Amino acid sequence: MPETIRKITQAEAIREALEQAMTEDERVILIGEGVPDPKGVFGTTSGLQERFGMARVFDMPLAENGMTGICIGAAISGMRPVMVHQRIDFALLCMDQLVNNAAKWHYMFAGQASVPLVVRVIVGRGWGQGPQHAQSLQAMFAHVPGLKVVMPSSGYDAKGMLLAAIRDDNPVIFIEHRWLHGIIDEVPTMPYTVQLDKAAIRRHGKDATIAAFSFMVVEALLAAKALADLGIDLEVIDARAVRPLDMTTIIESVTRTGTLIVADTSWKTGGIAGEVVAGVTETAFNSLRRPPLRVALPDIPAPTSPHLTKDYYPDALHLARAIVNHLGATIPDAELVSRLSRSTPHDIPQREFCGPF
Amino acid sequence: MKHLLISRIESLYHTMLRIRRVEEAIAGHYPMQEMRCPVHLSIGQEAVAAGVCAALRQQDGVFSNHRAHAHYLAKGGSLTAMLAEIYGKAEGCCKGIGGSMHMIDLAAGFLGAVPIVGATVPLAVGAAWAAKLRGEDKVITVFFGDGTFEEGAVYESINFAVLHRLPVLFVCENNLYACYTRLSTRQPDRPIHTVATACGCKAVTADGNDALAVFDAASSAVADLRAGGYPVFLECSTYRWREHCGPNMDDDLDYRPKTEVAAWKAACPVSRLAKILGTLDEGQNFMAHAEREISAEINTAFAGALAGGIPQQTDLPGYLYA
Repeated sequence: MPETIRKITQAEAIREALEQAMTEDERVILIGEGVPDPKGVFGTTSGLQERFGMARVFDMPLAENGMTGICIGAAISGMRPVMVHQRIDFALLCMDQLVNNAAKWHYMFAGQASVPLVVRVIVGRGWGQGPQHAQSLQAMFAHVPGLKVVMPSSGYDAKGMLLAAIRDDNPVIFIEHRWLHGIIDEVPTMPYTVQLDKAAIRRHGKDATIAAFSFMVVEALLAAKALADLGIDLEVIDARAVRPLDMTTIIESVTRTGTLIVADTSWKTGGIAGEVVAGVTETAFNSLRRPPLRVALPDIPAPTSPHLTKDYYPDALHLARAIVNHLGATIPDAELVSRLSRSTPHDIPQREFCGPF
Repeated sequence: MKHLLISRIESLYHTMLRIRRVEEAIAGHYPMQEMRCPVHLSIGQEAVAAGVCAALRQQDGVFSNHRAHAHYLAKGGSLTAMLAEIYGKAEGCCKGIGGSMHMIDLAAGFLGAVPIVGATVPLAVGAAWAAKLRGEDKVITVFFGDGTFEEGAVYESINFAVLHRLPVLFVCENNLYACYTRLSTRQPDRPIHTVATACGCKAVTADGNDALAVFDAASSAVADLRAGGYPVFLECSTYRWREHCGPNMDDDLDYRPKTEVAAWKAACPVSRLAKILGTLDEGQNFMAHAEREISAEINTAFAGALAGGIPQQTDLPGYLYA
C-alpha cells in the first residue's frame, strides 16, 4: 500500500496514533476523565469508544492518584494503558504513584516487571487558564529517573512519538501543548514511530543555537525567520525529549554556533532550560563565545486576566528581542515589532504559524 | 471431615510457625549488623497471612506493604531469596536493590510489596482489572494495615473495584497502631469494615489471631470472587508484638497499655492452634517434626543467603528502563 501523507492537525494526529495503537495491540486500553465524552479531550479521543468498545476505552472516576496506581497495576499485569489528563495540573495528584511506583517498579524489582504506561498530559496557555490550568511541569517529571518524558511539537512527531511511547515498555509522560493541537502538519497515514530520545534540528543556522521545548519551537521558528531577514542566522533545535535529554544534538550545534539560547515553556528556576545550560557548560564550555541564555517564564504562577498575561508568556517577539540583546546586535526594535507583531490577541494561538513544521 | 480439619490445622500451624521462627531468626541475626536495612517483623500477626494465603491458588496474586515477610512466605515466596535480599545479596529477590520492604516472587504469585502506605492497594485493583479484561481466572489480594485505611488512594481503589466488580480481596490487618499512634487518635470510633460496606464492598470480619477463622472468611470471599461477586473487604483484628520497625520489643516506650500487650500475647495465633494439635498424638508428632524441619530449613536458608554473591553497582543503570 503506497504511503500517503496529508495535512492534518496535531489533535487528529494524536487521535490517529491512539486508533492505530489500539488496532495493532489489543492490550492497549485508554482511560481518562472525559475520554469518551462528546468533546473527546479536544478531539484526540473522539470516536474511539465507538470503535473499540467500552471494554477498552473508559471514562474514569475523579481519582487521579488511585487511578494511576490502578493503571500501573494493569500495566504490570499485561495491559498497556494510556491515561489522559486534560490538564497537566491534575497529574500532580498522581505524583505518588508515578514517582514511587511507575518510575521504580522495574528498577526496584531488578527488572522482573515493567510498567508500559503512557500518561498524556496537556499544557495550556492563555485564554484565562490561570494559576492551576496552565502550568508546564516537565521538569518535575524529568527529575525522576525511571520515567521517560517527551514534549513533541510537530504533528508528525506527536503521532510517531505517541506510537513509540505506547510500544515502549516503560512509563512515558507524554506532554502535549494545547496550542499545538490545532497546528497542521504533514502526517503519514500509516503507523510509524519517532524515537523518544532524539532532538531534531528544525532550522539550520550559524549564529546561535536555540534549543526549544514544545510550543516554544513555534515561537523560535517565527523569531528565527524574522531575524534571518535582519542578518541573524539561528539554528532551531526542537528538543522533543525532556528525559532523556538529547544533549548530543544540542552540544554538536553549540560547537558550531558558539551560542546557546534555551526557550522553555516553564519557569526558569529549577527548570529544564537550566539543565540544558548545565549540560552544555559542563561538556562544551570552550565552545561558548558568550554566556548561555534562558528564555522562560518569570518565577510567578500564571495569572488569569489578559491584562496580566500580556508579557507573561514569552512569544516570538519577546524571544527575538532577547536574542538581539544577547548577541549585542544593533537592530532597531521597530524592525522586530514590524515583523513579529501578532495579528491575533496574545492569549489565543497566533495565525502566523499554522504549520506544517 | 475431621481428618480434613486436622490436616487444615496442621497446614496453617506449619505456615505460622515457619513465619514465627523466620522472624525470630531475623531478630536474632539483626544485631550482627549484616542486615543493613529496616525490618518490620510480622510476629503476632501470622494468622492473617496464613489464613488468607491458604485460601488462594498459586496463580492468584498478592500485594503487600512494608511488613511483608509473613505474606510473602505464606504465599510461597522463596525463603532463601527473601533472606538474601535482606542481607543485600545478588541472590536476593530484588538483587539487593529492595531490601526487606520490597519483596517479590512472581513465580509464587507474590506480585510486590512496597513501603509507601497504601501504594499497592490501587495496584491490586489494577491487576484484578487486567485479569478481568484478559479473562483470567484469578483473584488478587492486597494486605494493608489500619493506617492505610486513612489513605485517599484506598477509597479511590475500592470505588473503582466495586464499580467494575473486580476480583479483589482487600485484607485489612487492624493491629491498632500506626507506628506508635493509636487507632483512636487517627480514626473516628466506628469499625473500619463498615466504611468499606458503605463503599459497596461486601465486608466481613475475622479474629485475626485465629488462622482457621481467617481461612474460613477468606475461602468464602475467594469463592464469591471467583463466581464474579463484588470485591470483598476482610478486616482482621490482630496485634504486632515487637517494635514497629526493628528486631526488638519496645514496650519500655509505654505507648501501649501493658494489659493490652499481655492480652494479645495470650491470644498468640501459633499457640492457639498448638493447643488444638496438642490434644492429639498425631498433632504432637506433627508439631515436633515441624519444629525440627523448619529449624533445619532456616539454618540452610541463612547459610545460603550469607554465602550469596555481592551485587554489582555497575549493574544498577541496567535496571532503570525495560
